[in-house]
Order: sequence, then C-alpha cells, then structure tokens
Amino acid sequence: MTTRVIEGSQAAAHAVALCKPKVCAMYPITPSTHIPEELSKFVADGKFDTSFIRVESEFAAMSACVGASATGVRAFTATASQGVALMHEVLYAAAGMRLPIVMVVANRALSAPINIWNDHQDTIAERDSGWLQLFCETNQEVVDTIIQAYRIAEDERVLLPVMVNMDGFTLTHTYEKVDIPSQEEVDAFLPEYNPKHAYLDPERPVTQGPFAFPKPYAALRIALNEAVNNSKDVVKEIHDKYAEKFGRRYGNGLIEEYKNDRPISIVAMGSVCGTIKGVVDQRDDVGLLRVRCYRPFPKEEIKKALEGKETVIVFEKNVALGMNSGAMYSEIKDVLYELEKRPKINNVIGGLGGTDVTMQNINNFVDRLKEADGKVELLRGDPNE
Amino acid sequence: MTEEVTTGGVIYEPGNSAKTKTGGWRTFRPNFIHDKCKKCGICVKFCPEGIIEIKEEGAVADMDYCKGCGICVKVCPFQAIEMEVEKK
Amino acid sequence: MIQVRWHGRGGQGAVTAAEVLAVAASKDGKWCQAFPFFGVERRGAPVMAFTRISDEYIRIRQQVYKPDYVIVLDPTLLEVVNVTDGLNPEGMAIINTTKKPDEIALDTQAEVRTIDATTIALEEIGKPFVNTPMLGAFCGATGHVSVESVVETIKERYPGEIGEKNVKAIMRCYEEVKK
Repeated sequence: MTTRVIEGSQAAAHAVALCKPKVCAMYPITPSTHIPEELSKFVADGKFDTSFIRVESEFAAMSACVGASATGVRAFTATASQGVALMHEVLYAAAGMRLPIVMVVANRALSAPINIWNDHQDTIAERDSGWLQLFCETNQEVVDTIIQAYRIAEDERVLLPVMVNMDGFTLTHTYEKVDIPSQEEVDAFLPEYNPKHAYLDPERPVTQGPFAFPKPYAALRIALNEAVNNSKDVVKEIHDKYAEKFGRRYGNGLIEEYKNDRPISIVAMGSVCGTIKGVVDQRDDVGLLRVRCYRPFPKEEIKKALEGKETVIVFEKNVALGMNSGAMYSEIKDVLYELEKRPKINNVIGGLGGTDVTMQNINNFVDRLKEADGKVELLRGDPNE
Repeated sequence: MTEEVTTGGVIYEPGNSAKTKTGGWRTFRPNFIHDKCKKCGICVKFCPEGIIEIKEEGAVADMDYCKGCGICVKVCPFQAIEMEVEKK
Repeated sequence: MIQVRWHGRGGQGAVTAAEVLAVAASKDGKWCQAFPFFGVERRGAPVMAFTRISDEYIRIRQQVYKPDYVIVLDPTLLEVVNVTDGLNPEGMAIINTTKKPDEIALDTQAEVRTIDATTIALEEIGKPFVNTPMLGAFCGATGHVSVESVVETIKERYPGEIGEKNVKAIMRCYEEVKK
C-alpha cells in the first residue's frame, strides 16, 4: 500500500488497473475524462495490460463492454451525464443479460441547458435499469468501492453490473490523500475472473440476449428483480470482507450513520455528506444518514436508522420533474410509511448543476425545516441561502 | 405453470429454430422438373428460406421448411419449376 | 485548518501550485485537500485554485469563501478580480509584483506582502514560471508548510536540471519574502 496525494480521477484509474479488466472501452467526457486519460497512460507505459478501445460514442463504449463481458472477461468504462444518457438502452441490456460490468460515473447534470458540473440527475435517471449503484463520499471510498464492485458484480449470487458514482469535479478534480493498495493485496481480495456461468465460447456455443416471448420475458424480469434485491446482502458481505482486510469501513456498506442518535436526521448521498458531517459536528440536534448503496435500496436498514426521529430531511441533487420532489424523497417516505409513528419529513433539492452546497446552506435549511412536515425546497445556489 | 428460465435468459442449445418445422402452412408447393433443370443455382440464391440445394438429379427443396412462396418459379429461366396445390 | 486561495491566469500553474502545496503539507504529516475552481478554463483567463491544510482529517467540500491566505501569481489580476474577497483579516495576501505593499491599494485589513517572483523566475529558471517560486514565498511568509517538503515535492515532479532551477527560485523567494 502507498499513500499518495492524487486527483480523484487518478485514484480511480489506479484502482481500475489493480482490478485488471481485460477490456476498457471508453469515450472521454467531462468530468470523467481524466480516468481514460490516466488509464491510457498506464497502457502506453506498459503498466496495464488491457484492450483499450477508443470507441466513437458512449453507446459504443457500453456496447463494447457488453460484448467483452459476454465473452467472460472483466470490462470497464467511465462516463458522465450525456454519456450515461446515451448508454441508456445498453444499460438495460447489460443488466438483463446479467453481465458483471463495472462503470465509474463522474456524476454531472443533464442537458438542457448544457452544464458540465455535478449533480446526480444522470444516474438517478438510470435507477430502474438493474445496475447496482454505490455513491462515494471521498476519493478513498472511490478506490475501495471500485475494487469491491468487481467482486460484488462477479459474485455468482449477483451477476449484475455495478455503477460506482463519484461526484464530478468535487471528487474527480480534487487532490487529497488516498491509500492505494498493492497489486498483491488486491489480487488476494479479488481473484482472477473465471466465470462459472455461460459466456460466449466457439467451443461451447450459447445464445446470449435472445428474444423472449411474454411469459419467459416476465419470468426473466422477475428473476432480475429478485437478483437486484438479493444483491443487498452481498454488497454488505463484501464490504465487510474488504474492511477486515484493508481496515476501512463505510458504515455497514449500505448506509452510514454519523451521530445519527439526534432528533433530526439528514439523509443524503455522495460527497456533500462530508460537508453535512462538518455541520453535524457543530450542532447537537442533527445527525446524518448517508445512503451509500442506492440500488438496491436498503429499505430495512433505513427504516431502522430513522425510527424514532422527530424530523427527517432528505437532501438530494436531482429533481423528479412533475413529482415536485427529489427521487429519494418518495423512496424514504415509502420506507417511513411502514412505521407506526412516522417522523416529519421534508425535502431539500440542492447542488443542481454544480451549485455549491455550503455549511451555511445546511445550517439554514435545518433551522427552517426542523418543525416542518412535507415541505419541499429547491436551492438556487447562493452560499448564504 | 411457472416459466423456467436461465440466468440472463441464456440459451444453452443455440440454433434451435431448426426444430420448428415451418413448411406446414403452405397452400402451394414447388414441383421441380428435373428434365428441364440445368442446375444453374439461381433458385438457390433467391429462395428466402435458404432451403434449396443442387443435387445429382437437379434442384431439391427441403419441404419441412418450404412455405410455398413461389419465388423460385418466378426466377427460374428454364421453367423447370411449377407451383401446384398442396395435397393435404 | 487553513485555507489558501490561489489567483492566476489560465496556464500560469495556479492549479499545480495548489496541488504541490497539498502534497508538501502531506509530507509534513498534515491532512490536505486541493482543487481548482470548477470552471471552463482557458489560457489567459483569470482562474482560481484552493488548498486546505489541517492537523485533522478534512471532511468539508464546500468552496473556499473565507481564505486565510491569498496568493496572486499575476499583478494585472488586481485590476480585474477582487483578490482579497472574504480574506481573513488576520491572514495575509502574498502578491507577485514589483511594487511595495503600500504602493498597491487592496481592500483588506490583512497583512500584504509583495515579492518580485517574475524577475526571480526569469533569473533562476529562465522562464516566467511564477507558480513554484510563489510556493517558496508562502512557506517563508507563513511557516504553515516547510520549504523542505515543497523542495522535495518539486524534485520528485521535475527531476534533473529543471527541478534544480525551480528549487533555486523557490529558495530565493522563501528568503526574500521574509525581508
């Protein structure tokens, strides 16, 4: 293991190379560009043995990953925003075909208007695709999560693609201390990928991604739904195994509670949780529940963590247009519905299009909403708002 | 009855469409007149089912899959194929 | 925790300086964070970068609004950017200019130090690379990061002659800013 002060994208690239994917099919897009840049540098320097495919679009990138993964090898790509949107059709195919691809998304806002900065609209739009989605708070967590992601994806109980979400710029372009595990350590944790399930092999022909009549289609969607739900335990188990080996823990792998024994709880995802923790440290009435695993949604764990709260404030960086709330607000409400005594619940949507979320913003909305119930606020990005 | 499916819907016996014999619904059938057949192979290329082959005696169709479309009759330069009503 | 804001023009190396300062602080055993102002940079346009240094783990990720130190790489920026915006009155502004502090009117109660880093860079490096010399000025003026760690970081990044030339410029600024 070496400790280095490096950029988030470089840290992600190091983690990817340590996982030894045989195919990297990538199309650069801000703010994910430094990841393919760094990986292609490793390839040029002879440090990384992979088929680096410079594809013509993100649609092609994900298609190449599907093809590669279907032949039974590890595949990787990274993208953001419009890139995720262009992949949309293929993302569903990858999940439906049960291909254990890992993708890093440098989360960025969606057009229009065009904007290059961070929010979570790009991957929230893919929440029903069947991909597992893990949201990271720090660059260290990005490194650890990429390594975990391959092991989760390839687990025979899962066989699903995994998205590792890191906030564009806020993480991708930030330099901070990161421990990069050694190749030996990673090899011991993540064995070489030898699929036991079917893959394309001329010696042993199979058909992948076939047409299905209504009943087999329904049966396959039901099986996919079950697989995504059941992957929750594997995400947790592999996080625990990683923590045992590398000594770093992110809550229970699904959710992380930070001083969440207080009457008010903020629920949030991603790097903004660091700033929220800064606020939690200054006050005594509010704690944090960080959702690390967004898909599958850890309903039971969240319910337990929010039981007995006076007020819950869901902070999120996406808008479910026409619902007048964020996507996660409805989901947290769904979870709380099952409680006999429900907390008050409010929603704050902020950080849209890279607007900064300051400690002042967080303090202000907690003060405004601690007595409220059912209120939805959208922040405009003034640091003192 | 519950549908049994494999993980990801993988088909372990690919190419199984040949098991479904599709010739049953035809109304007309081609009759190959081998005396007139020059074995030129034009019907082989035009057959949309890909089921005609040239044998020793001339062009022969696999009637398990022939749908009786009659394209072979139209393209034969030697009038060596005729359509007739299928006797069922 | 101290927060440093770097002002430069696209291509002058403000982002690299912010990063090198973070790496050097890490060598001193501190926690650090460096990031650019997230913009669409182009050569010559005013840019900003930030460094946070702390004895404790740094959690927060908001932008820097109240820097303890501002470092200005290009004196012409003083006319177009309010470089002392939000500057801690107990902090300091370190400006690359040929002028003396009392010759430039800055809207701040904080201490202002000036250094002619461009001349030093031209004499030692032979090119107007002012980002690395200004790192030396920061170390000399504040003592928050050791100049040894900055020198070590520069030698790692730029091995050989170019690194040595940078180190000479860094050390001259380190000494001169104290005068």
